[in-house]
Amino acid sequence: MVASATAQVPAASGGLEGWTRQLLECLPAAAGPLAAVQERGRAALVALPVPSSRQEDWRFTDLSLLTGLEPAAAGAPAQTAAQTSAQAVAQTSAQAVDALPPAAPGVVRLLLDGRNDPLAGVALPPGLSALGPAELAQALGHTLAATGCEQHWPVELNHAASEQVLALRVASRHRVTLELVSAAGAGLLPLRLLLILEEKAELDLSQLVQAHGAGLTSLVLEAHLARSARLHHGLVALGVPQAALLAHLALEQEPESAVTLVSATAGWGLARLEPRVRQVDGGARTTLRGLQLVDGRQIADTHSHVLFSGPEGELDQLHKAVADGAGRSVFNGAVRVPRPAQRTNAAQLSRSLLLSDRARIDTKPELEIVADDVKCAHGATVSCLQTDELFYLQSRGLAASQASDLLQRAFCEEVLRELPAAARSWGSFQAMLSAAGSAEDRP
Amino acid sequence: MPSDPILFSSSPFPDLPVIRPDAPVLLEIRDLHARVEAKAILKGVNLTIRAGEIHAVMGRNGSGKSTLSKVLAGHPSYTVTGGSVTYRGENLLELEPETRARAGVFLGFQYPVEIPGVSNLEFLRVSTNARRVHRGEAELDTFEFEDLVRERLQVVQMDPAFLERSVNEGFSGGEKKRNEILQMALLEPLVAILDETDSGLDIDALRIVAGGVNHLATPDTATLLITHYQRLLDAITPDYVHVMAAGRILRTGGKELALELEQRGYDWVDAELAALEGAEADRLPAEVA
Repeated sequence: MVASATAQVPAASGGLEGWTRQLLECLPAAAGPLAAVQERGRAALVALPVPSSRQEDWRFTDLSLLTGLEPAAAGAPAQTAAQTSAQAVAQTSAQAVDALPPAAPGVVRLLLDGRNDPLAGVALPPGLSALGPAELAQALGHTLAATGCEQHWPVELNHAASEQVLALRVASRHRVTLELVSAAGAGLLPLRLLLILEEKAELDLSQLVQAHGAGLTSLVLEAHLARSARLHHGLVALGVPQAALLAHLALEQEPESAVTLVSATAGWGLARLEPRVRQVDGGARTTLRGLQLVDGRQIADTHSHVLFSGPEGELDQLHKAVADGAGRSVFNGAVRVPRPAQRTNAAQLSRSLLLSDRARIDTKPELEIVADDVKCAHGATVSCLQTDELFYLQSRGLAASQASDLLQRAFCEEVLRELPAAARSWGSFQAMLSAAGSAEDRP
Repeated sequence: MPSDPILFSSSPFPDLPVIRPDAPVLLEIRDLHARVEAKAILKGVNLTIRAGEIHAVMGRNGSGKSTLSKVLAGHPSYTVTGGSVTYRGENLLELEPETRARAGVFLGFQYPVEIPGVSNLEFLRVSTNARRVHRGEAELDTFEFEDLVRERLQVVQMDPAFLERSVNEGFSGGEKKRNEILQMALLEPLVAILDETDSGLDIDALRIVAGGVNHLATPDTATLLITHYQRLLDAITPDYVHVMAAGRILRTGGKELALELEQRGYDWVDAELAALEGAEADRLPAEVA
């Protein structure tokens, strides 16, 4: 598993509120295409209560790690410290790209550093285009509002800090494969994405979010899928124990569209993922796959939310967690099936592997079903590695540690194999698992 | 066939000649006692297995047959409380399960475990290499191993497509057992313990599995078959048949003993066991005194 380390950064005075105030002071004056959004986000951060364990949504997830991070935006050019960290981000991002195998022919790989235009000098493939200012103004924030998260604290934080947005349209009947890569160092790295998929458009999106230092990566992605569009998004998020990730993935689906959202997170001191999906008129297919690994004193929290606003929608959700050390894994899977959502067919399964008696797993389905003609299945299991499986492998000559490593990897593989092809070919997560496994084998 | 009950004795085969007296002893089990949780299961098992021999252990459910196989392979749920097991002169009970496997002790599982996400091919390669390294042989790379595994697949007439799947996942009962024999063919054990390998097999699968076991039996290796039924022994001829009851070997005979069990059932075993336990109870006060 991932080695643990303790962040040695002094905590900002005044807790998370104090840290937020300092962050707001560090941010450069609102400017550019997102100036209005920035202003609104900053005002909201002043007014909003910071997340705390007193709020049900944050009951198990302690954000105090943030207060140890440098409260500066990596994208802010005005501050010296911030500028240094911005350069560091650009550098680490470039290194992250260098470490990946080359993108397949015809596949666009974009580097996100929160500062430079990721589309500068990039020839987009047929069917993929950047949104113009008018379209952007119309579409930005629409899906966040539709999925009820536009005023969430992590979203407002992203609003406050994001200087740019990568806003792309996939044209009708086109199929596009895209890779997005980012790597955070110290400071705050805000990433804002907006995707519009027209009717019958198809997008395979592989996203690698890495962190190498005591920084916060704030990711907000919005995607709108028109009728019969298809999105396959794979998010591979690999952090370090000093780093935090706050991610909102908001998706709106028109009927007959299909979304497969696969996320795999490991190594973060704190990772909070909120996939939020709304099937606006039902009749769409949503597949959610999540995997989160914690070790040391890490916290990983997935709060998913799926809302069926029309009939005959489908959800197939599998969330897996591996908790070792004194790590904490939280899963809250909300599924809302109001009266119009008749004949909804939803299945949710949470499976957790508990590898240490100091680790903790909190998993909770949260089904709110008002429609009466629906199928909604849910289940949750928490188990240790099975003695019989370990023994079977040992009885074939595998050492106990090798057997347990293999079983853990197999447990993860059920999710990892559903990543889009590009994200699978990176092998980043598998490499991390192998490295952790061999580190464990060392005396 | 003697009708008198054979009392527990330190000699495993009191009334049978040793077929290959010059063959080296591979496995020597002496007065083995074992329990699972608080329940004593094995209560004094004695068995000597020489190279080239095929032994069959028969008995009712709960007689301790499967426990014996698991104790020999080192399953952590079973605790040895007495006796010894010597494998080629070494104390087998001191070895970790993986070391036993690498040294050539193989257990074919009654219920092979399904392991989703672990590729069968990769698993077979890792285990084969672990055994090879123990024997001082070079590890096989992916290509070399594929050549070997394709050759060994023929022993059990298995479709190469099974290599691409996860270990035993979604395999039928017969396919799982064939996969076990494939593993045996790759690991080339010196002592193969096959725990109810015939259970759940149809006639064709039984023929294939038995053919594989016969193919792999050599003058240098030994096989311990654990089974309920004579039908496996029609296909694999044992040198010795042992009847287990209440955690010990109650009687040992040649292959005709299996036929006798088939004809007479196990009731007479119960009678012998009752007599044996009665005799031991009678002896006890004198021993205490």
